[in-house]
Amino acid sequence: MSKNVKFTIAKTHLVSRKKQTAIAALGVTFGIGTFIVLMSFMTGLNGLLDGLILNRTPHIRIYNEVKPSEIQPIDKHRQFRSTINMVESVKPKQELAGIYNAQPLMQVIRKDQRVMGVTPQVSARIFYQSGNILLNGNAIGINVLEEDRLFNFRQYIVNGKPQDLANNDNGIILGAGVASKFGLKVGDKVQLQSATGASYRLKIVGLFQSGLADIDKVQSYVNLKTAQRIAGETGNYFTDISVKLHDLEKAGDMSLEFQNNFGVNAIDIKTANAQFETGTSIRTLITYAVSFTLLIVAGFGIYNILNMVIYEKMNDIAILKATGFSGKDVERIFIYQALMIGAMGGILGLIIGFVLSVAISNAPFETEALPTVKTFPVNFNAMFYVVGAGFALVTTFFAGYLPARKASKIDPVDIIRGQ
Amino acid sequence: MSHSITSSPKLVLEAKNINKYFTDPVKVQVLKNIAFSIQQGEFVSIMGKSGCGKSTLLYILSTMDTNYDGELRLLDRTISGLSGKELAVVRNEHIGFVFQFHYLLPEFTVLQNVMLPGLKLGKYSEEEVEHHAYEKLKLLGVEDQALKRATQISGGQKQRVAIARALINEPSIIMGDEPTGNLDSRNAGIVFDIFKELSSTLNTSLLIVTHDGDFAAKTDRIIEMADGEIIKH
Repeated sequence: MSKNVKFTIAKTHLVSRKKQTAIAALGVTFGIGTFIVLMSFMTGLNGLLDGLILNRTPHIRIYNEVKPSEIQPIDKHRQFRSTINMVESVKPKQELAGIYNAQPLMQVIRKDQRVMGVTPQVSARIFYQSGNILLNGNAIGINVLEEDRLFNFRQYIVNGKPQDLANNDNGIILGAGVASKFGLKVGDKVQLQSATGASYRLKIVGLFQSGLADIDKVQSYVNLKTAQRIAGETGNYFTDISVKLHDLEKAGDMSLEFQNNFGVNAIDIKTANAQFETGTSIRTLITYAVSFTLLIVAGFGIYNILNMVIYEKMNDIAILKATGFSGKDVERIFIYQALMIGAMGGILGLIIGFVLSVAISNAPFETEALPTVKTFPVNFNAMFYVVGAGFALVTTFFAGYLPARKASKIDPVDIIRGQ
Repeated sequence: MSHSITSSPKLVLEAKNINKYFTDPVKVQVLKNIAFSIQQGEFVSIMGKSGCGKSTLLYILSTMDTNYDGELRLLDRTISGLSGKELAVVRNEHIGFVFQFHYLLPEFTVLQNVMLPGLKLGKYSEEEVEHHAYEKLKLLGVEDQALKRATQISGGQKQRVAIARALINEPSIIMGDEPTGNLDSRNAGIVFDIFKELSSTLNTSLLIVTHDGDFAAKTDRIIEMADGEIIKH
């Protein structure tokens, strides 16, 4: 009952000053609305960019690197163990470009509980041929279905589907840059020449567009067998093994483990793409900072208005106290006002934020880098709305708390005797 | 002197040895060994020149000023030394106030103004409180103003509404600080008659600080103060 009275008084105070209340609430609306839009949009964008990297990039890539032997024969000889041995002009070892024992290696890795999937690649140097023009290039043999399952390969394909390549042994997904140079389109044939001079005619089943023009000008995708044939190697020949994990965070440790256990080169996604993680966290930080600033400004507005109200309402506070409302009751009355402003402004802010987010998510957004994305990415995460509502109430509570406390301390005798 | 004093000598308010000092800018004793009591249904006025400490005393008796030495008892209960929250409850339930200024809340209707202390008490449902409020307004002859805003009625009516508000929880004592100070003689007369009736019919005690000699002369007892002391009662 008594709670109701305080609530009624708070409500009446607000209703009798509609304009001021509206302005104070709009401050909160603005802050919360901006927070929702910024968060939804920023994390949507983050998700898209991260998705580009995280979903398309192998978490661990195993490859064979050409490099000089680190241990020279002289280092192995007992007699020279304690001496400093200098060997000049060390040349890289003549080695197979493929990964040694790739098949058993993949079997072992596939059995690992932490691994979601493994798929090999074969990289072969080629020339694209049109009449007597030769263009330098690179054909990558893939298991296209696995590649799509693990790394969303279809997002790179502009015309055509992964299935088309899997169904056609002589198919090729041609780099979009090459296609435009040669004036080729899906369904046409393209002539490839291997490093050894052999010629292959392949049917274009799709175009590949990564968004990086330099790559699209040279890179094309074919089936594993085709690439092995072009490279002139056997079916055991693989140049890269891509590993996708269940938990991305383990990539660093596991790549070290692979290097040590299998004597291969392995690089994890974080080492390869360190800049992305930094970008993501900084964007999130900026979003929170901007929203917080807006809310603090809104908080000052509420603080100001309540302070003014309390100054105007000295008499009312005095008589409430004289008739039996305690300091705590008076404090509550003003905190309720602040919270009501916060709740009204906050709810409106959430609605406006949602409406704007929907509008943004329908705005056209076309970019070379992302052939499959047509509108702006927006992350409709319910968590933002919960956090936004929480923000609104917390800031308005604190904005209201100080003036309310002041009101609770007003001595009715001072006011009544001062008249 | 009314009968009620002799027939029911129940003490409503008792002040024992109350002293108060102002310390700013220098220490001055404003109340010296004040001791007196008020019985149920008694209508008492306090008179004295400006600055004699009569208002200061009233605010101590009203429990709003707690900065004093001495003991204050209300209905056989010591109330000096209670916490602010407890005192608020005491005021809400047992003390009604009427000031020189009406102090009605401008955003509320006359009825709501009267109801607020009753809702705060929480003893009755909202409907019952509303019913009581109408009764009090009727008693004071302003029930036809009940649904008007507090700012829309005349000065004399405002003061009567303020008295209705003081009565809503049927307090044991009504305290007034110059309640007729802002009223013309006709309205002052009406207010006096209302007080008189409260003390005789509802057996409510009244303690009224006033400058008005005519007003005081008609009360049951006059306490005269000078320089912080009671010189006659």
